[in-house]
Amino acid sequence: MNQKRFTWFNATSLTFGFVFLYLPIMLLIIYSFNDSKLVTVWGGFSTRWYTALFQNESFMNAAWVTFKVAVLSATIATVLGTLAALVLTRAGKFRGRMLFSGMVYSPLVMPEVITGLSLLLLFVAIGWDRGFWTITIAHVTFSMCYVAVVVSSRLISFDRSLEEAALDLGCNPFNAFMQVTLPIIMPAVVAAWLLAFTLSLDDLVIASFTSGPGATTLPMKIYSQVRLGLKPEINALSTLLIVAVSVGVIAASLIAKRAEQVRARSGDG
Amino acid sequence: MTINWRRFLLIGIPMIWLLVFFLMPFFIVLKISLSDMATAMPPYTPNYTPEAGIQGMVNLWQAFDLENFIWLLEDNIYWLSYLSSLQIALVSTLFTLLLGYPIAYALARSPEKWRGLLVLMIILPFWTSFLIRVYSWIGILKTEGFLNHFLLWLGVIDTPLAMINTNFAVYIGIVYSYLPFMVLPLYAALEKMDDSLIEAALDLGTTRLGAFWQVTFPLSLPGIVAGCFLVFIPAMGEFVIPDLLGGSETLMIGKTLWGEFFSNRDWPVASAVAIVLLMLLVIPILLFQRQQEKAQEAAS
Amino acid sequence: MAASGNTSDVFAPWNDASATPLIRFEGVTKRYGDFTAIDNLTLDIYEREFYALLGPSGCGKTTLLRLLAGFEEATEGRILIGGKDISKVPPNQRPVNMMFQSYALFPHMSVAKNIGFGLKQEGRSKDEIAQRVAEMLTLVQLQEFAKRKPHQLSGGQRQRVALARSLAKNPKLLLLDEPLGALDKKLRERTQFELMNLQEKLGVTFMIVTHDQEEAMTVASRIAIMDKGIVAQVDTPAMIYEAPKNRYVSDFIGDVNFIEGTVTAQQDHEITLQSAAGQDFILHSDKPLAISSTAWLAIRPEKIAVSKEPPEDRRNKLQGIVDDIAYSGSISTYHVRLSNGDLIKAQMTNQRRLSNRAITWEDNVWLSWTDTAAIALTE
Repeated sequence: MNQKRFTWFNATSLTFGFVFLYLPIMLLIIYSFNDSKLVTVWGGFSTRWYTALFQNESFMNAAWVTFKVAVLSATIATVLGTLAALVLTRAGKFRGRMLFSGMVYSPLVMPEVITGLSLLLLFVAIGWDRGFWTITIAHVTFSMCYVAVVVSSRLISFDRSLEEAALDLGCNPFNAFMQVTLPIIMPAVVAAWLLAFTLSLDDLVIASFTSGPGATTLPMKIYSQVRLGLKPEINALSTLLIVAVSVGVIAASLIAKRAEQVRARSGDG
Repeated sequence: MTINWRRFLLIGIPMIWLLVFFLMPFFIVLKISLSDMATAMPPYTPNYTPEAGIQGMVNLWQAFDLENFIWLLEDNIYWLSYLSSLQIALVSTLFTLLLGYPIAYALARSPEKWRGLLVLMIILPFWTSFLIRVYSWIGILKTEGFLNHFLLWLGVIDTPLAMINTNFAVYIGIVYSYLPFMVLPLYAALEKMDDSLIEAALDLGTTRLGAFWQVTFPLSLPGIVAGCFLVFIPAMGEFVIPDLLGGSETLMIGKTLWGEFFSNRDWPVASAVAIVLLMLLVIPILLFQRQQEKAQEAAS
Repeated sequence: MAASGNTSDVFAPWNDASATPLIRFEGVTKRYGDFTAIDNLTLDIYEREFYALLGPSGCGKTTLLRLLAGFEEATEGRILIGGKDISKVPPNQRPVNMMFQSYALFPHMSVAKNIGFGLKQEGRSKDEIAQRVAEMLTLVQLQEFAKRKPHQLSGGQRQRVALARSLAKNPKLLLLDEPLGALDKKLRERTQFELMNLQEKLGVTFMIVTHDQEEAMTVASRIAIMDKGIVAQVDTPAMIYEAPKNRYVSDFIGDVNFIEGTVTAQQDHEITLQSAAGQDFILHSDKPLAISSTAWLAIRPEKIAVSKEPPEDRRNKLQGIVDDIAYSGSISTYHVRLSNGDLIKAQMTNQRRLSNRAITWEDNVWLSWTDTAAIALTE
């Protein structure tokens, strides 16, 4: 009945907000096709920085390391985070519950410098060589908490009677989870994996602390370049990353929307 | 018995991971913050090894002192960077709120068929690399950057403004990077609000503005609080933004810690800085956690 | 409440040609894009009336209310309150208050603050507000709940707070959007009587939107039955029930059986209708009907008698087999299948206990009614 329309005020604030959010990114993308070496002065269209980027082996190596870390840490974090979400929503009361939920929520708001420093000191204290594995473990630790939050919010809205029906029909709790709960919360689990993946892809600070010689991630590489000023190759690399992530996010949200519609039709709250 | 065994595993696996990789490191940081600097690798003493036995423990304990913390108190730079972090985080949280509120409000009141897309557009930049988003502002803010070109072209200014390497650039960087964190909780609070409440207020004689201040605003307070925490807490410890956009006079604790660790290689002082930052953040973090738990309870 | 009747001592301003209406809708149309929610509607509502808008969901009754409150603007036509066109007056300046279906109580304010909200907007003094709030709390019997928040109240209490809040400014017209929809049946019935008493005591004009026909029948002085944006009939509850204008109205209010036929004879108000099966029925009509035109006989279930023997003294009778019996305590509804397959519903009060009942499933029974029990409808 009461259909909402854009009022003048609302349209203005949205336009302003989106210009603010997207203009810097748009400029970055446009100037990645700039022929001039001076990043902010237009010197004609060119794709030379993309060519330069692909010929730069250290960038390619860093990208490969980053990708491996991201896939591995996102996968482990998804498993651990889903377990943590189950503990938060299904395990009821147990000794140490306060501690547990504290440890799940704190990393979300912990300054990265602290997380990075403390993990580094741990790895030094137990004498592990820093490199690929220590970055992966560090990423698992903070991204599993994001996974736990995403999955537990889905579990809260989940109709418990579905699980109870499975138990009533003779499933044991493990099978009830695998056959009923997990398929239904799958979109949230996938979203959580994607989140963990991008968090790992994105991280500079924690990786800088926990990496060692031989394991340089892409953000570390980008950072070492941009500290010294604007670099056209970085614009090209940023454009590629932005396009890849945008395509991924849009595809994922379309899939999620489809899943939502299917779920709405099947009538699960 | 089998069910209990499963339950034990379910709780145990994530619990042990978090204890080892989240909680234990803090105790190590605490320990090292009480140690002395050494030039060896790792650059701090004393080191405890299990072979040293009980006497080793005693020696270790005796070697601890509050020297690093006293050092923090005595050297102005630490005081100033704590205060300046606090100020920068507060100011930018306020700006983020002022910018984010109208956006969240407009999102919540937008036509239903557009809303999903608009929310996605708010979240999308959050998924793209943080570092790249901060980097994109260098080109805009620097002396021969886009903004100065634009303002000169408009004729608003005659000489380029110095914007990069100032606190102003840091404010912009924080507002830009953390805007989605402010908008989303605000949107969640505003969106679930029943429209008939506003209609009821109008029906009872308020103006639109009156209805906003007496009904909409107080009901969105939980969203405001959540949004401010989500911006303030990470902004306090921010490193990348002050490092790339701020100048040499921009003091922020995250930057100071990074410098102590990577440039001065003074691990004990870096640890002491971390401990103090953590103590400053413990209250807001605990408050935020309480609020989250309450929200979860209310939802379930 | 005032029932039907044309005597002057009964409250019936709509029959008085000299009375000026409080609210007047003049050719009001409301369109949302292609969809017409209200179609060229003209209505008069008088002071002190308890006016009910009744209809299925989507019939436009809530839109009508929102037009009055000022939340929607009419696409065409005028709305007058006390003779003044209010189409351009914003909701916060109309002498109209609304009680919302969801109650729309401000969750962050106490009961007293909620009730005093409208008064505060008028800029009344603190003492004045406090006094009026106390008065309203007494009126709805919630004196001891002044400091509570809405979520600490029961559904019935919230309903009363919402009522008190919308009455606090002493509006000329109170709009009630499904005010009792969220209450359970017992509480709803009790509250209906409370609403009626309150309305009579305060003398405020009430306009209620409901989809519950029993509720409308109980509380209203007049009912407007709406269907797809138009008003099908406006009348007192008794007239709506006993003299519906068409099949839609008679079907919407209560149960009814229809038999289609052709008019074969008319004498004064008495009509003879021949059904397709060739059987003659005698029925009542206020208006003359053309011979050999099509018409429907409409009869309420409770006006039909069920018997095992053919009734000798009645001209209208039908034979059939009991298909089903719905027992609901005080009455039983018999579903009787005729030889042509049609079902007729008949209701009998259960004067005897169940075990002594004479009629049961598959019994061959006679249905009969008096000459004036059924009416003729032409549309």
